[in-house]
Amino acid sequence: MFRRIEGQAPRRAVSLAIEGSDVQAREGDTLAVALLQAGVDHFRETPVSGAPRAPLCLMGVCFDCLVEVDGVANVQACMVTVRDGMQVRLQHGARHAEAAT
Amino acid sequence: MNETTEPAMTHDLIVVGAGPAGMAAATAGANLGLKTVLVDEQPNVGGQIYRNVAACDAKVASLLGADYRYGATLQQKLGGSGAEVRRETLVWDVARDLTVTTLQAGRALQLRAPQLIAATGAMERASPIPGWTLPGVMNAGAAQIAMKSGGVVPAGRVVLAGGGPLLLLVASQLLDAGVDVVALVETSPGSNRIAALRHAPAALRAWGTLAKGLKLMQRLRAAKVPWHVQASDLAVIGQTHVRALSFRAGGASHRIDADCVLLHHGVIPNTQLSRLLRLAHRWDDRQMAWHVMTDAFGQTSMPGVRMAGDGTAIAGALAAEASGELAALGAAHAMGQLDDIELARRAAPARRALTGQLVLRPFLDELYRPPRWITEPADDTVVCRCEEVSAGRVREMARMGCVGPNQTKFFSRCGMGPCQGRICGNVVTQILAAELGHAPDSVGAYRIRAPLKPVPLGALSSLANPTGAAATVHAEPAPTQETAE
Repeated sequence: MFRRIEGQAPRRAVSLAIEGSDVQAREGDTLAVALLQAGVDHFRETPVSGAPRAPLCLMGVCFDCLVEVDGVANVQACMVTVRDGMQVRLQHGARHAEAAT
Repeated sequence: MNETTEPAMTHDLIVVGAGPAGMAAATAGANLGLKTVLVDEQPNVGGQIYRNVAACDAKVASLLGADYRYGATLQQKLGGSGAEVRRETLVWDVARDLTVTTLQAGRALQLRAPQLIAATGAMERASPIPGWTLPGVMNAGAAQIAMKSGGVVPAGRVVLAGGGPLLLLVASQLLDAGVDVVALVETSPGSNRIAALRHAPAALRAWGTLAKGLKLMQRLRAAKVPWHVQASDLAVIGQTHVRALSFRAGGASHRIDADCVLLHHGVIPNTQLSRLLRLAHRWDDRQMAWHVMTDAFGQTSMPGVRMAGDGTAIAGALAAEASGELAALGAAHAMGQLDDIELARRAAPARRALTGQLVLRPFLDELYRPPRWITEPADDTVVCRCEEVSAGRVREMARMGCVGPNQTKFFSRCGMGPCQGRICGNVVTQILAAELGHAPDSVGAYRIRAPLKPVPLGALSSLANPTGAAATVHAEPAPTQETAE
């Protein structure tokens, strides 16, 4: 769980849907920050053991923040900025990309 | 020249990565008259160190400090240089003919120039300890990124564990932001101090930076945060989320309840792009990481490809800025824009700045050298987070006859998950080197293939070339790309 640092200038609210529920983020937030701030504890489960995962690096390296955005799977939540109307789904179990090899 | 077989040149210079090295390189390149484009995956320039510096809230920026806010001056210089800047643009392939394939707003776009400067920056070294895959565990640098990119901090009790200047800086910044920091657990072994002492006289020449470090430590002591040193046997406790960090220090066992554990054991070059290009690397024993081999102007083993900044070797943001400028000077010289005399004259100030930044490095590297149980974790610890492969499994494969990371990958999928070995690569090399009794240089690293990050198949069909020349796709099958195999 993350919270906003106090004393910041207000930023425009951005509305997105996480698993169908409305969530308010702030303009300029990365999706990963918005999810953490909204109290999303784990972003995905591993395809191997089903263990819960949340972001480790927030800089595009660990891929533990992969989510589905507007129907596109395996998006790094830490590398995209929130947009009004963004539809976010959490990825449970095996990744589609696992079909490779 | 045969224009029909090769994609046309779109620019004189392509710079990949908009951190301090990339911003300085693109600025210098454009100022030297090169048609320059800077591409970066993030919504704003700045890299990680100056992430979001132009858009960051004033209160948050003041809390992050003057060294962060300095990044805005680099961004202003870039803006005034006339360099083309493409943000939210992911470089996912660079071909042998230096065609750079990018993904921007769901579309593939190709760029090509005779000179390429890769400024791919650093990433945090993995800290594989039991429980490090649990939600609530993050890299300390990630907590700083959350401050920079969204003005948010962990809401509950926070423990910081590991070693390095960044760990102390993040601890201090979190305290300033009102975070409940319940402990600081340093893992640097006592023997580090003796090794560092040898480099202390040289380090004293960087007294300004040392004074900043001492001030930081004073700040932390004044906050009266419980501070443990020379800790070992770290483990994160919890079932589905962090509940505590346990460790040994001062001859006793400790358990500290926490909601968030922030780990940090220094930074290492992000070599994904340099490995894709098969550039010459060498293992650096002091930094315990791969370095890309370059000359004084960033020229790598591949003609036309230069590297600058922490993606080459860890030296910090100010050194990165200087090396970015030197790489751009080298590119301009190669393009015939500068003669030898002019090159030497213009390079001198950047060279002096770079040398000044390097004096502190050996001291810091030795003082914060990660303990061996971090670089070669215990058998039951997960090293490959994606495929959940343990250190013991990697050792077992070495005993079965695997002589390098690409073989252990084949037999266990270690390094084959979505992160493509970014997190576990260094650790696997070090485990194999120790187990086999070979040097890391002979054990080697994961072979990296395009796409560097998963690319939607639809983007491939949208391949377009701004010059209208025939677009070529360099498409190798890769583990993370959806294929019908």
